[in-house]
Amino acid sequence: MATATAQPAGQTIERENYLNKHYGVGSWLLTTDHKRIALLYLISLTFFFFIGGFFALLIRLELLTPAGDLVQADTYNKLFTQHGMVMIFFFLIPSIPATLGNFLVPMMIGAKDLAFPRINLLSWYLYIIGGVLMLHCMLTGGVDTGWTFYVPFSTAYTNTKIIEAGLAAFVAGFSSILTGLNFIVTIHRMRAPGMTWSRLPLFIWAHYATSIIQILGTPVIAITIVLVAVERFLHLGIFDPKLGGDPLLFQHLFWFYSHPAVYIMILPSMGVVTEIIACFSRKRIFGYHFVAMSSIAIAVLGFLVWAHHMFVAGISLYAGLIFSFLTYFVAVPSAIKVFNWTATLYKGSITYEAPMLYAFGFIGLFTIGGLTGLFLACLGINVHVTDTYFVVAHFHYIMVGGALMGYLGGMHFWWPKISGKLYPEGWARLAALIVFIGFNLTFFPQFILGYVGMPRRYYAYPAEFQILNVLSTAGSTVLGIGYLLPMIYFLWSMRYGKPAPDNPWNAAGLEWKTASPPPTFNFDEEPVVTWEAYNYEQLDEHEQEVPVAG
Amino acid sequence: MPDSSAVAVGQSHGETHNPALLHHFATEQQQRDSASLGMWIFLGTEVMFFGGLFCAYLIYRLKYFGEFAAASQTLSWQLGMTNTIVLICSSLTVVLAIWAVQRGKRALLLSSLILTLIFGFAFLGIKSIEYAEKFEKHHVPGPSFQFANVPLPGHPGEMANPAHAQLYFSLYFIMTGLHALHMIIGIGIFAWLLYASWHGRFTTEYNTPLEIGGLYWHFVDIIWIYLFPLLYLIDLRK
Repeated sequence: MATATAQPAGQTIERENYLNKHYGVGSWLLTTDHKRIALLYLISLTFFFFIGGFFALLIRLELLTPAGDLVQADTYNKLFTQHGMVMIFFFLIPSIPATLGNFLVPMMIGAKDLAFPRINLLSWYLYIIGGVLMLHCMLTGGVDTGWTFYVPFSTAYTNTKIIEAGLAAFVAGFSSILTGLNFIVTIHRMRAPGMTWSRLPLFIWAHYATSIIQILGTPVIAITIVLVAVERFLHLGIFDPKLGGDPLLFQHLFWFYSHPAVYIMILPSMGVVTEIIACFSRKRIFGYHFVAMSSIAIAVLGFLVWAHHMFVAGISLYAGLIFSFLTYFVAVPSAIKVFNWTATLYKGSITYEAPMLYAFGFIGLFTIGGLTGLFLACLGINVHVTDTYFVVAHFHYIMVGGALMGYLGGMHFWWPKISGKLYPEGWARLAALIVFIGFNLTFFPQFILGYVGMPRRYYAYPAEFQILNVLSTAGSTVLGIGYLLPMIYFLWSMRYGKPAPDNPWNAAGLEWKTASPPPTFNFDEEPVVTWEAYNYEQLDEHEQEVPVAG
Repeated sequence: MPDSSAVAVGQSHGETHNPALLHHFATEQQQRDSASLGMWIFLGTEVMFFGGLFCAYLIYRLKYFGEFAAASQTLSWQLGMTNTIVLICSSLTVVLAIWAVQRGKRALLLSSLILTLIFGFAFLGIKSIEYAEKFEKHHVPGPSFQFANVPLPGHPGEMANPAHAQLYFSLYFIMTGLHALHMIIGIGIFAWLLYASWHGRFTTEYNTPLEIGGLYWHFVDIIWIYLFPLLYLIDLRK
């Protein structure tokens, strides 16, 4: 805490900050402040999260009994399709980058804003346009192909609203591209003096890697959607075997984006967890350069594994072998991260605040999700469990157990900075516990279900699967409560929470050296960085001198 | 430049500096570098966008080479060649415009931009003549598509499969159509650049929009440089 802003002694007068500088709807809808745009995203993402969650709850309720009794088969198809589309395109992919990333990337590197503030606002509007299209699509008939849009079902057979849903994903995709573009340019060009590449927080490295995937992967899904739309509209035969087309080409193009998309979801979460682990074990992260480079390695290798989604689709055995090998290989950088987090914890002064509980949850659940991914990478086992609940459980461990845990952990960690208020710690720890228990109760039984042969995407199942399905449905309600709780106490804290000091965790990082909430241009003086990232040993020497409220 | 960097390091935002320098940048250099890097990255996304199409083209061309050759022969390589030359000339005028603005040659700047626009319109004009011909010959994919009794090059006595030829024309229209869409957007950008240049918005110091607009134009040009041989010159032996 040596250099930057000195905190005023009393907190009686509210300082001017990004929240109270301007008032009125216009000051929000036309803002170019990255922090306000982050909040716009936060609100809209939360909205879509609960829509996607509503579909999930209906799916689980249908699966409570073996017979298909709550909804019709067609409706069920729409439920899981729309659950997937909303959660992936409108929640998970933008989740951490658009909220925490938007808020923190400029602050962590000591910049006043992202490089292109107006493009940042544009990307939010694109997201909203995509979201409105998706809502309109769902309210006027929906779509039933599964979020994967597999041809020829999507182009020649189904009568649901493929083109509109595709357009929604297309527009949302451009929002994602522009966010990634903005981040890369910002990280390259806007760093404060002294903020060298090896002093960057690993959150920034994670977002840099994510942005690479966003800008290189998303255009491919965009052109794929265009081809599907044209094919459906004019029936040209691009993907129709009867006319000489190749349905596998669609799957290649689709997964070329949609597999790396998983890393768009998980990498930022890994960045969040890295920050939290270092802070609450009061140590420099173990193997900084390895953690940074493993993010880049995941981004690069993530582009080379897509066909492991197609092992049973008719690709050649040799292609299968190569993609199987590469899939094992992508586990290496992920494992480097897990081992380095563990090594950071070793002999650290660990405390168990709510963000840390989420981080621990992340490590455990991500490890399970990652290791079961290795089962699926194995050609022989893959044939047995393809399109079963084993796959469903595996990717929910990554996307919900991994990405969402990181998102919630990050929201708690930076909430004092974002809102200027402290959240109630007791409730937060309780919520973290409920989420962890609810999550495992929901998804662990699905591993067993899949292994014993329950296929995904059916609304009815044989009676012997019922006990595990009841467990899963019970877990999903617990999980739902776990997600509602943070929303309630975050909103509560905005009005009734205790004012947050500038640095409630005594954490390293530039974002903690400015006010909570920050002023519009983030820093009162342009920061000059003279220290390494995660200098917790140094910070804790100062702690005796500067008492920290908390 | 020196005065603006002095202002930016301090905390005030109201002081006098170059009006083109946005508040969150410290120096004009930083702003220019950011804009140009942003455009390069955007062009990277464009490469991937067209990349999916080139991939589809490659696969079907290898699979149905005969039909692709036969269908390609229905295009006029002379018109395609003309359009290639038109676009290369337009890239030259874009470079001239940037060269002119950096040296403060207003007349050359304006005339280069006008010429760029003329070349752009000429390209679209020739392209629409080609499209019109395809409509007349029923080579547009869809219900009225016809490609019956066309001999397969290299296979005497065999006829091309119309469904496979339709794949060629589908890719032809999607690829050149998306390219034309990019041309139209480029013309819009250059019309705005001409308008701004006319009003003296760009100086020898500040001309970033011209530079990154030029990058975009060259990129669209390069896409055509690939499209032309791939679509028109598959097999010219009759």
